[in-house]
Amino acid sequence: MLQIIFDSLSLGSLYALGALGIALIFGVMRLVNFAHGDIIAFCIFALLWPSTDAMAIVFAGNLPWFLLIPLVLAVGAGLSVLCEIVVFRHFRRANPATMMIASFALGFVIRYFLLMLYTSRPKSISLLPMLSQPVEIFGARLPLLQLITIVSTVLILIGLSLFLRRTRFGLEMRAAAENFSMARMLGVRANRVIMGAFALSGALAGAIAMIFGSQTGTADIQMGASIMLMAFIATVIGGLGSLAGAVLAGFLLGAASVVMQVVLPVDARPFRDAFVYGAVILILLFRPQGLIAARGTKERV
Amino acid sequence: MSVLVLANIDIRYGRLTAVRDVSFSMKDGETLFITGPNGAGKSSLLRAIAGVTPVAGGTIDFDGYNITGRAPEDIARLGFSMVPEGRDVFGSLTIEENLLVGTGMNSRQSGWKARTAEDMEAVYETFPILKERRHGQAGLLSGGQQQMLVIGRALMTNPRLIAIDEPSLGLAPNITDQVYERLIALQAQRKLTLLIVEQSSTRAVLVGGRMILMRGGQIVLDGDARTLGNSEAIQAAYFGYEDH
Repeated sequence: MLQIIFDSLSLGSLYALGALGIALIFGVMRLVNFAHGDIIAFCIFALLWPSTDAMAIVFAGNLPWFLLIPLVLAVGAGLSVLCEIVVFRHFRRANPATMMIASFALGFVIRYFLLMLYTSRPKSISLLPMLSQPVEIFGARLPLLQLITIVSTVLILIGLSLFLRRTRFGLEMRAAAENFSMARMLGVRANRVIMGAFALSGALAGAIAMIFGSQTGTADIQMGASIMLMAFIATVIGGLGSLAGAVLAGFLLGAASVVMQVVLPVDARPFRDAFVYGAVILILLFRPQGLIAARGTKERV
Repeated sequence: MSVLVLANIDIRYGRLTAVRDVSFSMKDGETLFITGPNGAGKSSLLRAIAGVTPVAGGTIDFDGYNITGRAPEDIARLGFSMVPEGRDVFGSLTIEENLLVGTGMNSRQSGWKARTAEDMEAVYETFPILKERRHGQAGLLSGGQQQMLVIGRALMTNPRLIAIDEPSLGLAPNITDQVYERLIALQAQRKLTLLIVEQSSTRAVLVGGRMILMRGGQIVLDGDARTLGNSEAIQAAYFGYEDH
C-alpha cells in the first residue's frame, strides 16, 4: 500500500514538474511549448560527451552533486531562454496555433541535433548512483531515490510558490499571466517577464531530466517526449495556465497510472494508458475548463 | 506646457478606419473629456496613446518625447497611466498586490519603498473600502470597488497623466457619482491631468473642463464642456443631423 502511494507520488512528481513548465510559459504568452520535452532530453545529454557508443562517456555527469545540480538547471534555463530569444520572440504577435507549430519544429531541431551528436541509441548512465539504495520506512523498502524525488519536488513547489508570492518579479509574472497587456500598461517589461518564465520552465526541465535520468539509468532522446505527453495532458485537465491546477493534475495522473497498473486485471494492464486517457476524456467532458480554471484567459495584445 | 500632443492620428483595423486625422493637445493639469457615440473611435484613440493599438499614421508626443510606436511599458514609464475599459483588475491577485504591480517601474529611485508605502496609505485614505479588504482577492470586489481599485492602482505609479476609459461602464448611477466624486477630489488635491472617455456628455457637463466630441473617427467639437453641453451643436453631433 505504502509502495503504491510512493510510486504514485514519484511518478506524479515528474508529471507535475513537466506540467508546471508548460503552464508557466502558457500563462505569460499563450504558447503551448511542445519543445519542452526535447529541452528535458537536452539537459541529460549535456552531461555526456558526444559519442555514438552505447556506454556513455560521462563528462560533466561526474561532478559532485552540489555542482551537478546547478549545472543541469542552468543548462535547462539557458537553452529555454535561448529558444525564446531565437525563435519565440519573433512569434509574439502570431496566433497561438502558429506558435505551437513553431514549438513543434523547434523540438525536432533540438532532437535531431542530439541525434547527430549521440545517435538514437539509448545510453546507460549512472547519475548519482548512491541514490538507488533502498531505505526502510514503516516496514516498506523504498528506493532512496523515490524519496528524494518526492522531497525535491515538494521543495521546488514551495520554492516556486514563494518566489511567485513574495518577490516583485513573481508579482509581475502573476499579473502578466492574468492580463498581459494590462501589466504592460503598468510598466511591467514584457521581455523580462517572458524570459523569466522561460528560464524557470527550463530549470524545471533540468530538474525533470535529473530525476528521470537517475530513475531509469538511461539517457534516451525520446525520454522527454514520453513525460511531455502526460505533462501536457496534466496542463490541460488542470486548466491551461493555472499553475496549481497543473501540479494537482500532474499528481492525479501519476496516481491514476500507478493505481490502474495495480487494480486492472492482468490481461488489461498492457492497455493501462488507454484507461488513463479514457479517464482524462471523462474529466474534460465534465470540466472542459479544467480542474482549476485559469483566470484571464483573455486575448494577448 | 503641453503634456500630450496628438498630430494627425489615423488608426485602422484591417480595412476599417477607426480614427481619421485626429489632432489635439492637452495642457498640464487639464481635465479633458472625450465623448461621442459608440464606435466613434474614442477607445481606439486611448489605446493608441497607451501603445496597445498601433497607429497607421500621425505622431503622438508625451511629455516632450515622441511615443509613436513605443511599447506600452515604455509609455507607462514616462508617466502615462491607463485605466482601460472594463477595468481589468488582476482578479486572482489581492487588492494590495494589484496596487503594487505598477510601482516596480520606480524601483530604481531612492526612497522608493517608503514612498510606495506612503502612496498606498494615500490610496487607502481616498478609498477606505480597499484598505478594509486589502488581503482579499480583487476579483471578488463589486464593480464600483474594482473601479476604485484601478484608479488607485493608476495613482500608485505617480503618473503625469491618467487616462480612464468609460469609468461609468456597468456601474449604477449612484456608484458612478461616488467614483467621480473621488476623482474630482483627487484632481483638486494632486493637480492631476485627467483624460476621460465617456459615451455620454452629461458627466462632462456636470464635472466641467474641456470636452472633445468625436463621431465616425473624427473630432466634431472641441471646447468648454459646459458651454458645449448646452448648445444645439452637441445634439446635432450626437445624432448626426448634418448627415441628412
